[in-house]
Amino acid sequence: MCGCAHKEPDRTADGRVIVRYWEKWTGFEDDAMQAVVDDFNRSQNRIFVEKLAISMVDRKVMLATAGGDPPDIAGLWSSNVPDFAEKGALTPLNKMIERAGIKASDYLPVYWEQCRYRGFVWALPSTPTSLGLHWNKKLFRDAGLDPERPPRSLEELDAMADQLTIVEINRGGKMVRVRYPELTEAEKRDRNFTLVQAGHLPQEPGWWITMWGYWFGGQLWDGDRKITAGTPENTAALAWIRQTTEKLGVNNVRSFGASFGNFASPQSSFLAGKVAMVLQGVWMYNFIDKYAPQLEWGAAPFPAKDPVRFPLVTLAECDVLAIPKGARHPKEAFEFIRYVNTQGPMEKVCLGQRKFSPLVKVSDEFVRNHPNPYIKTFIELAKSPNAVYVPRLSVWGEYNDELRSGIDQILALSATPEQVLSEVQRRMQWKFDRVLRRWDAVKDERIKEWSEYDAR
Amino acid sequence: MTRGERRNLRLGLAFVSPWIVGFLAFTLFPVAASMYYSFCDYDVLTKPIWVGALNYRDMLTDGVFWKSLYNTFYFAAWALPLGLIIALFIAVLLNQSVKGRSVFRAIFFLPSLIPVVAASMAWLWILNGNFGVLNHLLELCHIKGPQWLADPIWTKPSIVLLALWGCGNTVVIYLAALQDVPRSLYESAEIDGATAWVKFRHITIPMISPVIYFNLIMGIIGSLQVFAQVYILFAGGGGPERSALFYTVYLYQNAFEYHQMGYACAMAWVLFLIILSLTLVATRSTRKLIYYAGE
Repeated sequence: MCGCAHKEPDRTADGRVIVRYWEKWTGFEDDAMQAVVDDFNRSQNRIFVEKLAISMVDRKVMLATAGGDPPDIAGLWSSNVPDFAEKGALTPLNKMIERAGIKASDYLPVYWEQCRYRGFVWALPSTPTSLGLHWNKKLFRDAGLDPERPPRSLEELDAMADQLTIVEINRGGKMVRVRYPELTEAEKRDRNFTLVQAGHLPQEPGWWITMWGYWFGGQLWDGDRKITAGTPENTAALAWIRQTTEKLGVNNVRSFGASFGNFASPQSSFLAGKVAMVLQGVWMYNFIDKYAPQLEWGAAPFPAKDPVRFPLVTLAECDVLAIPKGARHPKEAFEFIRYVNTQGPMEKVCLGQRKFSPLVKVSDEFVRNHPNPYIKTFIELAKSPNAVYVPRLSVWGEYNDELRSGIDQILALSATPEQVLSEVQRRMQWKFDRVLRRWDAVKDERIKEWSEYDAR
Repeated sequence: MTRGERRNLRLGLAFVSPWIVGFLAFTLFPVAASMYYSFCDYDVLTKPIWVGALNYRDMLTDGVFWKSLYNTFYFAAWALPLGLIIALFIAVLLNQSVKGRSVFRAIFFLPSLIPVVAASMAWLWILNGNFGVLNHLLELCHIKGPQWLADPIWTKPSIVLLALWGCGNTVVIYLAALQDVPRSLYESAEIDGATAWVKFRHITIPMISPVIYFNLIMGIIGSLQVFAQVYILFAGGGGPERSALFYTVYLYQNAFEYHQMGYACAMAWVLFLIILSLTLVATRSTRKLIYYAGE
């Protein structure tokens, strides 16, 4: 691997340093970043950034770094930062950032915080996201609900979801379609029906099914050395997930779920009008625009269990640019990262990807020209004190997998929330202790090395 | 050693050196390194830290490790005997002189020629609980098919099914053996009035027993290491409730997703020991049952 890679030219024919940049995006998201790369390459004559679209970029960057031949810039996810930093796969940026005059106050705090780990800065944001409730206005109208008024509390959401749920049931030998509240008590108990439309399913799309606890005021980690999976808030969240399946029946929900097409297709649950309300990111606009442009929809904060104490709860994560350890041109790589993190280029890439900017300073035109009619909602969510991100743990990947397989049992009604969470708590504390043990053994050496690092 | 012998030795070594170097660098070194890492806390990027037998001790209390081992054995316990029997049955049928025999042979062998990734992608749709061909066929027989890949009860049987579909390789090996059975044995048995079943039981089976044994050993080794199909059908995860988390998938997760390379190496060695001991048991227990013409 190393042998052949080093034969790759270091410089362009006209003597510019080639900076290799691996990024996860394809399609229009890739085009948006490519435009910024082109601008950068035109703006000066010392550095030439060469961007490559790479699938599973995090895994490949990790392996390339381990093999001693990483790219100069890696387009990762913010949730990768702790794991990569702790394993020594990234270059600390502190001194470069200081020299460049980049400050924490330039960024929305939620995104800046995710670039830091153990007191060092490891990456700078590229494009940010936040999540909100997306609802189908037509289905609201059909159900006799006010299409302009999304739910404002979780209770209200559950009640609306019932009204929006349609089932097909055999009544006296005839198949009829009725709304869930119109079922008799016996019919509700027997669950002998087929789901045709659901108001809301906690497992759809399910990408954040392990994080519902945040909407109940829960935390998954104490910020230090303790996993806090089994708190009452997280237990309540799992009980809420369980409740929908209990109501609609394990197999009914399962076969309803298997009827959805791919997410990026008109047959996906929300775009096909099969699920009326979903938790989705700011990118959802693009998919609606592309696959279901006729859809009448709205976006709003996804309500919390206690909306007074916890207003505007959202998961706000971002894509980041980092310099892997062992990169051949860290200084030149940082030049580009710094360029992307100035207002003009940042707005260009974020507008191109139909997201908002992670920077505090945003031009008026940016919001005015933005095609997503609800962009202000997502910006407001990102600025909220209840904007959260996944725990800053190097074992988050495993934690997420553990929670996910526990929640599988909840969705199959084969375990209670308490059973699931105590098992997750036990396993994760064991795994977390394992990495803490390693960290304790190497931390002095590591921190010294990081504090001294400066790109030459 | 004379000068000539020394020269010959040097020359001989020089000629086999590509193999020796390749073996040392790409087989012996990785194997030895994985043994060393199995006693370390090693995350691939930083220096391994020696932890003694901790990884092996951790395995004892890791419930998911046991679950993955159970899943793998469950799969092997069904796929291996069924595979041997069904492949033999098909081979016997394909050995009859019927019209279009070579076409049938090609049809049964075809699945083994399809790359496992492509085949798994196809099965992903065949096994779809709502739109899948399989459930459609079952419906024609008035059976309501299950959610093959979404219901934890049915995930492992789905993979057994997929494995049986791809038994063409084994069929071909059986076929070759069947054609090697001397016709004269059947003829003399017929003169003595043997029925088809008696001929099969007392001539065919003993005569092809070394091949059955070969398929058994290859089957043990292969079925305990099944990876690609499962990895694709369940998108790298372990399926619902980890019901399809196979040993190698969990090993892969530890090595390349969680970067617990030390733990993964320890798991690999445990799997090696399991396969080794099962193979030994199989060899010992079948020794008397196998007939080698040369003996």
